[in-house]
Amino acid sequence: MTATIDTDAPETRAPSATLAVLKRAGVVGALVAVAIAVALVQSGSGIVVWQSVVTGLLTGGLYGLIAMGLTLIFGVLDIVNFAHGALLAVAMFISFGVVQATGLHPYLTMLVTVPALFLVGVLVHRGLLSGSGGATLENQLLITLGLSLLLENGLLLFFGAEPKNVGLPGETHLDVFGAVVAGSRLYAFAGAVALGLALYWMLQHTGLGTAIRAVASNGPGAELVGINVRRIHTLTFAIGAACAGAAAALAVPLLSVTPTLGEQFNITAFVVVVLGGMGNVVGALVGGLLIGLVEQLTTIYLDGQSSLLGVFVVFVLVLFLRPQGLFGRRT
Amino acid sequence: MLTLEKLSAGYGRMRILHEVDLHVGAGELVALVGANGAGKTTTLRSICGQLPPQAGRIVFDGGDTAGRRPDVLVRDGLVHVPEDRALFGTLTVEENLRMGAWTASAEDTTTRLEQVYDLFPILAERRGQVAQTFSGGQQQMLAIGRALMAGPRMLLLDEPSTGLAPKLTWTMLDAVREIRDTGVSVLLVEQNAKQALAIADRAYVMESGSIVLSGGGGELADDERVRKAYLGL
Repeated sequence: MTATIDTDAPETRAPSATLAVLKRAGVVGALVAVAIAVALVQSGSGIVVWQSVVTGLLTGGLYGLIAMGLTLIFGVLDIVNFAHGALLAVAMFISFGVVQATGLHPYLTMLVTVPALFLVGVLVHRGLLSGSGGATLENQLLITLGLSLLLENGLLLFFGAEPKNVGLPGETHLDVFGAVVAGSRLYAFAGAVALGLALYWMLQHTGLGTAIRAVASNGPGAELVGINVRRIHTLTFAIGAACAGAAAALAVPLLSVTPTLGEQFNITAFVVVVLGGMGNVVGALVGGLLIGLVEQLTTIYLDGQSSLLGVFVVFVLVLFLRPQGLFGRRT
Repeated sequence: MLTLEKLSAGYGRMRILHEVDLHVGAGELVALVGANGAGKTTTLRSICGQLPPQAGRIVFDGGDTAGRRPDVLVRDGLVHVPEDRALFGTLTVEENLRMGAWTASAEDTTTRLEQVYDLFPILAERRGQVAQTFSGGQQQMLAIGRALMAGPRMLLLDEPSTGLAPKLTWTMLDAVREIRDTGVSVLLVEQNAKQALAIADRAYVMESGSIVLSGGGGELADDERVRKAYLGL
């Protein structure tokens, strides 16, 4: 056995890590600039590109919030939650139902969807995932996938397939330096970014948040300091589900509510999570903005094509070039 | 404070410990020495609740610990520092220490934080640094410091000198003695038998999952069998 010699060399590692992130952010910024420049050449119209950029970023904020819940669950519990999109759909129907029944402002339905989804998260984790049945990766995959099928078809059974719409009372359109933006899109973005930052603040600066990060960092170690790891897991899963609940209330005026709308968001959210780094909460928010942008720019590059095409190209490139995501795994 | 009565434990059908009897009195520093693979770590994992016993009893502070998870035992005052240290690598030094006091009041957290920083001044200097950038010795100090934050009445230490330079080993063992002097009972597992016996009040020697010898620390250090088998003399 050789003894290691203690020096204070490792101290230099922390700042260099920050530098690496900044450098990568610079590269990403440059790529975005190039992508926008190409779009400018392609379309030949500044206003069209500007409109796409604004719409893309605003939509991306919501993607970010949805993906934050997904990435938090993955980072702390190592569970890839395939039911996340279905949970989003459930929350949308709750929001729709509350608006129908009470005439409440759509955004205020958050007061119902967030606690409801939190509770659903607790039940799903305690009932399906935390026992021995959810012990292996394969089981977790099958359970969450099965749950998503169950939820989607349950919604189909009760609400039917025809799309439901929830209008925003007093909807306006704003002019953002030439781009036309629906008020509902702008508010959803602002709400999503505010909630995302609040979640990040909670993780960084509260006792519960630090405990969540501690469990993510070293589960057995967390148990050895007296943390009830199973309880933290349940709470984290519930917080992740509540993110979908919050996103649903913000997005409900923007979308047609259908039982299967979660599928599309699932795909987008997974790409965002991988792009931002699995388990990296801030990465998810940034990744969401980027994917929103990619979607919109794709429609300029490839006229009439599905905007998901560009998203998948980015997905494949990230998996190929930087599988750990732009900003590394876990925060 | 802690008594093992005919403790048998292992993994699945593989039994590692065979009817181990061991006792640590209040305020006592007891060493458990033996070769690699003798079952020392398995003993500590059983005591702290990570590995339920297959037979026998573990009595801590008058109560059988059967069925109590590690996080519950921490609340009862029994804290384990594993060999791999199990630090929160992505958290800062101070966050690690504050997490150590998860079960404590805010008041106790503040006083204990000062005590730990007094015991290991290097931790105070680097309180904002992320734990995974630490060297082996600093990580060990942080692991022991984090355990002290819980205000334990009994501490289980698994190989605190692993991977440390000889000079640091003594610093660490001096700290262990200091902790004992504050009234905390300590069960110290060491492969480094010579140094462990030098600071222990009493010691047990373990071989193939059984206790083969026990006695005062100095007494065992002079024992011919121990000298031959473990001290290389």
